[in-house]
Amino acid sequence: MSVDSRARRGSGRRRSLRADGLGLLFCAVMAFPLYWMLLTAFRPASEIRRNPPDFWASELTLEHFRRAVASETFWSSVRASVLVGVGTVVVSLVIGVLAAYAVARFAFAGRRAFVLVILSVQMIPLAGLIIPLYLLLSDAGLTDSLTGVVLTYLVFMLPFTVWLLRGFIAAIPVELEEAAMVDGCTRAGAFRRVLLPLLAPGLVATSIYSLVQAWNEYVLAYVLLSSNDKQTVSIWLVSFQTSFGTDYGALMAGATLTALPVVVFFLFVQRRVAAGLAAGAVKG
Amino acid sequence: MVTAGPPRPTGALSHPPGSPAPHRGRRPARGGTASRARRAVPYLLIAPTVLALVAVLGYPLVDLVVLSFQDMTRRELFAGTSPPWAGVSQYRTVFTDAFFWEVVGRTALFTVVVSGVTMAGAMLIALLMRRVSPWVRLTMSGVLVAVWAMPVMVAASVFRWLVDADFGVVNWLLGQLPGVESARHNWFEDPWQGFAVIVAVVVWGALPFSAITLQAALTQVPPELEEAARVDGAERSQIFRHITFPVIKPAFVMVTTLTAIWNFGVFNQIWLMRSGQPEKDYYLLGVYSFIESFAVNRYSTGAAIAVITVLLLLVGAVVYVRQLVRMGEAE
Repeated sequence: MSVDSRARRGSGRRRSLRADGLGLLFCAVMAFPLYWMLLTAFRPASEIRRNPPDFWASELTLEHFRRAVASETFWSSVRASVLVGVGTVVVSLVIGVLAAYAVARFAFAGRRAFVLVILSVQMIPLAGLIIPLYLLLSDAGLTDSLTGVVLTYLVFMLPFTVWLLRGFIAAIPVELEEAAMVDGCTRAGAFRRVLLPLLAPGLVATSIYSLVQAWNEYVLAYVLLSSNDKQTVSIWLVSFQTSFGTDYGALMAGATLTALPVVVFFLFVQRRVAAGLAAGAVKG
Repeated sequence: MVTAGPPRPTGALSHPPGSPAPHRGRRPARGGTASRARRAVPYLLIAPTVLALVAVLGYPLVDLVVLSFQDMTRRELFAGTSPPWAGVSQYRTVFTDAFFWEVVGRTALFTVVVSGVTMAGAMLIALLMRRVSPWVRLTMSGVLVAVWAMPVMVAASVFRWLVDADFGVVNWLLGQLPGVESARHNWFEDPWQGFAVIVAVVVWGALPFSAITLQAALTQVPPELEEAARVDGAERSQIFRHITFPVIKPAFVMVTTLTAIWNFGVFNQIWLMRSGQPEKDYYLLGVYSFIESFAVNRYSTGAAIAVITVLLLLVGAVVYVRQLVRMGEAE
């Protein structure tokens, strides 16, 4: 019996060694595009176009970043992206948290229908709505305006915000608010003094996720914004691609700059958002 | 003490549909205006959201449908006059166009291929993550999250550089294989190869979400069950089919549906990989509708295609929402 178990343990170790190998191979393949982006962005131009390619840089340089940042619309696009992102987040958060609170804490007729609408709406592809959104905003005189972009971003941020926040609120024991109300707090007071502070992590996660989405969005901004000084970062990156042609050093530096804030923010919230995205499929 | 309700760590999710939230049981409703006012509270709370959705989503949706029954051109757009009615002629044009059906077929094939590859890959990765040592698992999660965070624009740019005809590292790698001549190979000349690259970008970007979600679902599988089956002599594939998979099936269905819906609406990756001027061979429904509207200025034809796309997607949405309802998530 001991021989048998030792044999099994041995084969188990071999198996996990094989699994480790496979896992690392997977990591290498998945991460290679990222590595290649960083390598191209930081290595001297003379090393980029080389056949056969080098997989290691002999020296590092920031010249591509300098060129990317010096392109005329870089800073204005960062500014536009930040404004649009913050605007979208603030509006969707303020009105979304109220709806999420209603859905999580009240039983009311039409609640189920509301939830179903919120869920289905997320399925509508943005590309399908571009034409009427464009017409709507041009009627309202909001094309080529950041306000217009913020309004359209609400389409896809708001349902998700409500859904995600609903989950966060539902996870906070209702007894805390009830205790506050027994002690003489009004419902609004209990919401503000008890629930909101406890909800802070959820609010942060939701807003960062929306911020990232707004930062990454391309089509709507491309259609709606025509002035150079109002274009967002993703438009900047794409126009950069066409204007610099095959200057891959600068392009990869631009790509790195675009991705950097997103990656940093995303690392913070990934865990909380993953569960919300899967709509609780994995709760536990 | 039933009325007080049990402590609910997962909140409203855990009580059955239709049953009142516990706090209502604790504070019996009084008659009169006070209770009527209290009943209005949830409606006031959702009012801003409903209003916003009606304004920026409901209205455009209706407008989209209306537009598809009209004939809107550049002239009406700039003059601001209402376009003439065209009945179902836009739909007739679209449906009798062989090219439209080609695009529909291509979109369907694309969706099936990308979703299939993504889900198969994600499942294998999630299973693999259970078997590796902790530090490898941590590395894998790290890589997955980093890739997940990549903006689509960035991913498309990086992949274009990887498959660059002159100095792309992919061409060089393939050239190392015996008998393959790949120097200066242009990947986008042949749409099948071009789509292979596009599929690679989309799958690369979609794998992390699917794999992480499935991996989290796998942690719900009771190890005793799998161990018992193993002791009883079940094959590994049998254990997966009869024990592991049924547990994670809801999550699997959900992620598959979401992935399929996202893939069906793919726009950015194609748009960027083809520098904003995709050849006709690269049209999927999203790109087609966009080009009809904004490049050819046939807004109504574009609207008709968009309506058809949304209707097709509704099928996916119904599957997704039904799954949520069945799992008790949508209450």
